[in-house]
Amino acid sequence: MATEVHNLQELRRSASLATKIFIQRDYSDGTICQFQTKFPPELDGRIERQLFEETVKTLNGFYAEAEKIGGSSYLEGCLACATAYFIFLCMETHYEKVLKKITRYIQEQNEKIFAPRGLLLTDPVERGMRVIEVSIYEDRCSSGSSSSGSSSSASGSSSGGGGGAGSR
Amino acid sequence: MSVMVVRKKVTRKWEKLPGRNTFCCDGRVMMARQKGIFYLTLFLILGTCTLFFAFECRYLAVQLSPAIPVFAAMLFLFSMATLLRTSFSDPGVIPRALPDEAAFIEMEIEATNGAVPQGQRPPPRIKNFQINNQIVKLKYCYTCKIFRPPRASHCSICDNCVERFDHHCPWVGNCVGKRNYRYFYLFILSLSLLTIYVFAFNIVYVALKSLKIGFLETLKETPGTVLEVLICFFTLWSVVGLTGFHTFLVALNQTTNEDIKGSWTGKNRVQNPYSHGNIVKNCCEVLCGPLPPSVLDRRGILPLEESGSRPPSTQETSSSLLPQSPVSVPDFKTLRALTEHLSSNEMPEDSTPEEMPPPEPPEPPQEVAEADK
Repeated sequence: MATEVHNLQELRRSASLATKIFIQRDYSDGTICQFQTKFPPELDGRIERQLFEETVKTLNGFYAEAEKIGGSSYLEGCLACATAYFIFLCMETHYEKVLKKITRYIQEQNEKIFAPRGLLLTDPVERGMRVIEVSIYEDRCSSGSSSSGSSSSASGSSSGGGGGAGSR
Repeated sequence: MSVMVVRKKVTRKWEKLPGRNTFCCDGRVMMARQKGIFYLTLFLILGTCTLFFAFECRYLAVQLSPAIPVFAAMLFLFSMATLLRTSFSDPGVIPRALPDEAAFIEMEIEATNGAVPQGQRPPPRIKNFQINNQIVKLKYCYTCKIFRPPRASHCSICDNCVERFDHHCPWVGNCVGKRNYRYFYLFILSLSLLTIYVFAFNIVYVALKSLKIGFLETLKETPGTVLEVLICFFTLWSVVGLTGFHTFLVALNQTTNEDIKGSWTGKNRVQNPYSHGNIVKNCCEVLCGPLPPSVLDRRGILPLEESGSRPPSTQETSSSLLPQSPVSVPDFKTLRALTEHLSSNEMPEDSTPEEMPPPEPPEPPQEVAEADK
């Protein structure tokens, strides 16, 4: 475990965060959790439009499944009510199960699609389901020239790399 | 041979959460700061029911039926369970925006509205959205630095934005919002039934016993009866009325906040876009719909700070006091893939020790926290 910790530190030192963009919620269908599928201009050239939109659409599909109002959700609700909600002490709700699926999906997408392109998706649940945070990474060696002015000092609080690049 | 065990104190996220909430049981319980009236509620319910079980139930179980205390006990346990659930759970608090996100939104707002000259108060920030063919306005919350989702509102008592905000209830010592509205409704419903039940059987008890020993003797023997009847009488008028009001709200899929503000009433206002138009469907959605888990992550572990600084006072709501951004730690495989991409793009230069920035204190504990997971 010590060598893995050491490797993680090394890896993190060589990557530097250039900027973060935030995909906002789409409220056109009401209060259910959906994210805008509009392709952000900052990702132009970094990832194929179709791949990105597909990822967001799949996430939207997962959230729609979690919040689906139907027979099984009513059954769960009524059963929970009948047990005065004590059943939630030993049982996971359907929503929680879907959120775990989403976490696994995002990890998979990061590994296979986003990280090889220098991007990283953050699970919306870690941002209060408000946004999908997309972190754009630059190589630390080239970050002095390529990091844009929009890489604000606020982003310097992350992995330590931005401090070296952004604070001028 | 003695072994020295060094216990590392972990800081959990609840200790640094902004807002005016109280947390107990290491973050498992979340309530508002003022709990006095909640204790009064507990005292009234427990006190009245204790008297009822101790005196009237013993007589009625023998004279009428043993089922009477059994039903009373069930109602009592159900209302206590729902009360505690309402009081102790996260009502649906929306976490405040981290500095990066807040800056991003500010940039977007300035891009649309233009920069505000120094000294001038910025105009209220509103975004318009169309939901089910009706325009709904989203307001920007200056405290939480987010655009509030529809139906969310900022509670000034708890200093949090709460999803589907209904109202702040001092009797349960918490806000009532998306995540605990059904518990609140079931609490007031079961409390109404319990109050009616206790009231009715107190009357029955007094009537039955008066036939044998007379009215005044009955009251002298069990003076608690008078107290119970008084408490139940006043509770009836308030709680039953409240239950009726909330039943009306549930049937129309409205919140107390919207009702008070008159969001959906009046001829110049839009119709409620969240109502399904069907009472049964509305009730099912509000009471039996899927329950989202809390997004606050109260028991998550924060990276260790340098010194044991106490959590800041809630008057300072500047975003610099929010926990540091790197909450999401990419896992080993992802970071490896990321670095492989980066190293394949550029020739890696041999970084000399002077160029490498000093390792920051938060880093090792993050990995430890990660390893703990």
